[in-house]
Amino acid sequence: MLTLAHFLTLGAILFSLSIAGIFINRKNIIILLMCIELMLLAVNMNFVAFSRFLGNLDGQIFVFFILTVAAAEAGIGLAILVVLFRNRQTINVAELDDLKG
Amino acid sequence: MNSAQLLLAAPEFWVLVMACVIMIVDLFLREERRGIIHMLAMLTVIFAAIITLRGDFLANGLPSASAFNDSFIRDPMGDVLKVFSFVLMGLIYTYSKFYLRNFKMFRADFYTLSLFALLGVMLLISANSMLMMYLGLELISLSVYALVAFNRESGRGSESAMKYFVLGSMASGMLLYGMSMIYGATGSLLIPDIAEAIRVQGSDDILLIFGLVFVVVGIAFKFGVVPFHMWIPDVYEGAPPAVTLFISSVPKLAAFAMAYRFLSSGLGDLHIHWESMLASLAILSIILGNLAAIMQKNIKRMLAYSTISHMGFVLLGLLPGTAFGFGAAMYYVIVYGIMSVAAFAMIILLSSRGVEAETLDDFKGLNQRNPYYAAIMGLVLFSMAGVPPMVGFFAKLMVLKAVVEAGMIWLAVSAVVFAVIGAFYYLRVVKYMYFDEPENETSITAPVDFGAALTLNGIMIIGLGIFSSSLITICMTSFGV
Repeated sequence: MLTLAHFLTLGAILFSLSIAGIFINRKNIIILLMCIELMLLAVNMNFVAFSRFLGNLDGQIFVFFILTVAAAEAGIGLAILVVLFRNRQTINVAELDDLKG
Repeated sequence: MNSAQLLLAAPEFWVLVMACVIMIVDLFLREERRGIIHMLAMLTVIFAAIITLRGDFLANGLPSASAFNDSFIRDPMGDVLKVFSFVLMGLIYTYSKFYLRNFKMFRADFYTLSLFALLGVMLLISANSMLMMYLGLELISLSVYALVAFNRESGRGSESAMKYFVLGSMASGMLLYGMSMIYGATGSLLIPDIAEAIRVQGSDDILLIFGLVFVVVGIAFKFGVVPFHMWIPDVYEGAPPAVTLFISSVPKLAAFAMAYRFLSSGLGDLHIHWESMLASLAILSIILGNLAAIMQKNIKRMLAYSTISHMGFVLLGLLPGTAFGFGAAMYYVIVYGIMSVAAFAMIILLSSRGVEAETLDDFKGLNQRNPYYAAIMGLVLFSMAGVPPMVGFFAKLMVLKAVVEAGMIWLAVSAVVFAVIGAFYYLRVVKYMYFDEPENETSITAPVDFGAALTLNGIMIIGLGIFSSSLITICMTSFGV
């Protein structure tokens, strides 16, 4: 029998994976964008699980909003990525070091 | 839902409609008539302020009124913050028009994106449920990400936009994760219901504490306090000054409202937990912000670190959890918005020859080039350093009073010590302006509306200082003190 704890553990694992991905990744900005999406999906997992086990629909409605916002966010992220590539001819994280101090 | 409830959100509807109107009108305008867009945007903020001020939602004697199934709240605090957002927005549009025209970036995108960000600020100020908070926050963030990359040819602009995007999305992910925990612990998204649930079931739920930590991280990121400050210097330096004007002022007002509603109205019973978190964030920001600002050669980075220390002071006001403390923090955040808009306006003024003024050296001998603007910049710097009778002094005084009343003397003492250390880098700029020889002798000229707005801004800084009780009373009565 799957309990709430199982779902929360899965959510926590996905969340930690995405945080680790953002901090460890030194190569490619696209992977950063993927990690951000994964983070939002981990949150969705939590909301759906809580909503199911509390018998309260609010959480599932929240999930729809998160999905929509995540789509808009990905759109803006990729647009910035295109602008960045045009200006720099690279999307390597380690080379984004013009601003320092 | 009836029409009276709908009317509560009238300023929001007005800004939304006007943002869309401006977007469409721009399609039918020729390049040389873009000035119309600027006029429309100014009209939008002026009328939004009038609509907000004329809303008589308190007619039935209640302290606040809510709409949209309680997820939207209209109260005196929100109205004051909104009106000041509109005032700041009017100043920002006047200053940025000059910049955008000089740098050939006078496009309607700036106006639509910033109006949508303003709408996000208004929604976040009035948010009474976690869902509204998230949506308001994202509306601000998404518009601002695009605004930071507004100069598409600038490598630094797009780099800072990317950094801001990644860190900002991560912070909103953290905030959401915290919200999901709080939802799980209390079974509701509405702030009053969360408070009620915590009162009933007690506050020692591990899920709740866990959620609180993530929420505090999200709020700290929005304020930009240590250790979640990494984006601030990069964004301030990389973004066009017209956008930095906005980022450094209006969203901070919304961040304050969010912190108040979430931490005090929602999680008030967890006060002992968030008090210590905010105390360490605040004192770290004041220390690091002031020390790092001393080492900066770039004026934008210097102001960025000064923002970090100022936001530390705002957190100091929030952390006692008293009505007086919240009033003081609100006063501080409004005052900071007014000062920072004036400081970035000076950067725009000095950049007028098609080259951006960035280093402190650009301020050398400003008094010989234009004594009037040098005097205004002097006012701004003295106010930021906290010298009486400028308004910045009274903001610091109120916050410190709140902290001392709460019995945290050591916190107040260390804040004062580092604020004094911080005065050094503000006064260094004053020294550059008055006692050094200018590097280029060209006199500074600005259009009439720019000069008038800057004058008004200067009058606000000194006037609100001399007649400090006016704004303090407004802030305090919003919290019933």
